Amino acid sequence: MNTIPMTTKKSTNLAEMMTGKEDFILAEWMREMKDTVRRGDLIKESELRAECTTFLQLMKEALDAGGSNFQAPAWDQARQMLGDISRSRAKQGFTPSETASFVFSAKRPLFTQIRQEYKNDPAGLASEMWATTELLDAMGLYTAEVYQRAREEVVRRQQEELLELSTPVVKLWEGILALPIIGTLDSARTQIVMESLLQAIVQTNSRVAIIDITGVPTVDTVVAQHLLKTVTAARLMGADCIISGVRPQIAQTIVHLGINLLDVTTKATLSAAFSVALQRVGITFVRETQQQR
Amino acid sequence: MEKIPILRMGEFLLVTIQVDMHDRLAMTLQDDLTQMITVSEARGVLIDISSLEIVDSFIGRMLGNIAAMSRVLDAETVVVGMQPAVAITLVELGLSLSGVRTALNVDAGMELLRSSLNGSKVLYGSRVD
Repeated sequence: MNTIPMTTKKSTNLAEMMTGKEDFILAEWMREMKDTVRRGDLIKESELRAECTTFLQLMKEALDAGGSNFQAPAWDQARQMLGDISRSRAKQGFTPSETASFVFSAKRPLFTQIRQEYKNDPAGLASEMWATTELLDAMGLYTAEVYQRAREEVVRRQQEELLELSTPVVKLWEGILALPIIGTLDSARTQIVMESLLQAIVQTNSRVAIIDITGVPTVDTVVAQHLLKTVTAARLMGADCIISGVRPQIAQTIVHLGINLLDVTTKATLSAAFSVALQRVGITFVRETQQQR
Repeated sequence: MEKIPILRMGEFLLVTIQVDMHDRLAMTLQDDLTQMITVSEARGVLIDISSLEIVDSFIGRMLGNIAAMSRVLDAETVVVGMQPAVAITLVELGLSLSGVRTALNVDAGMELLRSSLNGSKVLYGSRVD
């Protein structure tokens, strides 16, 4: 090993070192990963091997073209693949460290390779080690970042689904709708509640709507204002609103806060509200006794 | 100039708004309707806004004013068929149209007008007794 070629290939020699040694690096990498992350239940070994092979190939190409700067455009493909892997790991339920060790497990095989290459050149060894560490760290950070973003996406989607699930409008009788509200009413939810209720009123031609707040933990001025808005909007469309499920504590809070609910019919239970609604629609139930039959 | 037609149906007047309301049109409607109530001695006005998709604070206030004016002329006003989006917009604008009676559709509105008219007659009769 002479010194002249070494100085000229200083920036991209990792790629050259990898050439011809792919099988060794791959095998080492796989072994390393097996020691740190045993998730045979989540990913098959053949799949993992395929991922590693493709990634090594992309990494070598990028090193050849753009050196060890992970942010360079030459790394676009490798970065994208790393991102895809991270995202799929996040969805499959890997932990962050398991995801990041995909990259960090490559350290040992690569370092072994470098050590062999620079046996007689301590200065070259140090600088090469440093460059490689920097590159792998950048990759690891990127993996963690993508993982985090994918998880946040999942959380956001679940929130949206929850929002839609938690505002069902049910039809109790011809012309009577019920809207059981579960959870706290904030502006975003009020908007959805209002929209779905009004839409249902139009679709079912309902004259009375019962808003049941048994599942609303607290009623403050903001929540009350949102409720009143919904009631007013329904009234504008020609439907009556009844608020039911007012718990004793909530009744106390409403009075203490000075909220005016006088224009709205309120009932303590859903059944009481339902009987009022039946009355308004003009339906009466008669209980048949034994003697009458 | 375009005009919103006012149809006479027995003792009631029927107004169907099928174009986008603009301010001048609303003013014209107000003039025409009050004029018509006086001429026809109508007891009820039914305004169908089921085709109205855009509403602003002026039009909202206009609906309230028309109802108030009709009441002065002894005619009950019912606004029917308001779209959900319109209802939400009016509420967000802070217009609750508290003096206006509403119904889901023309059918329900007519029923409401008839019942309120009958109700007042019965009340009147019972007072005479």
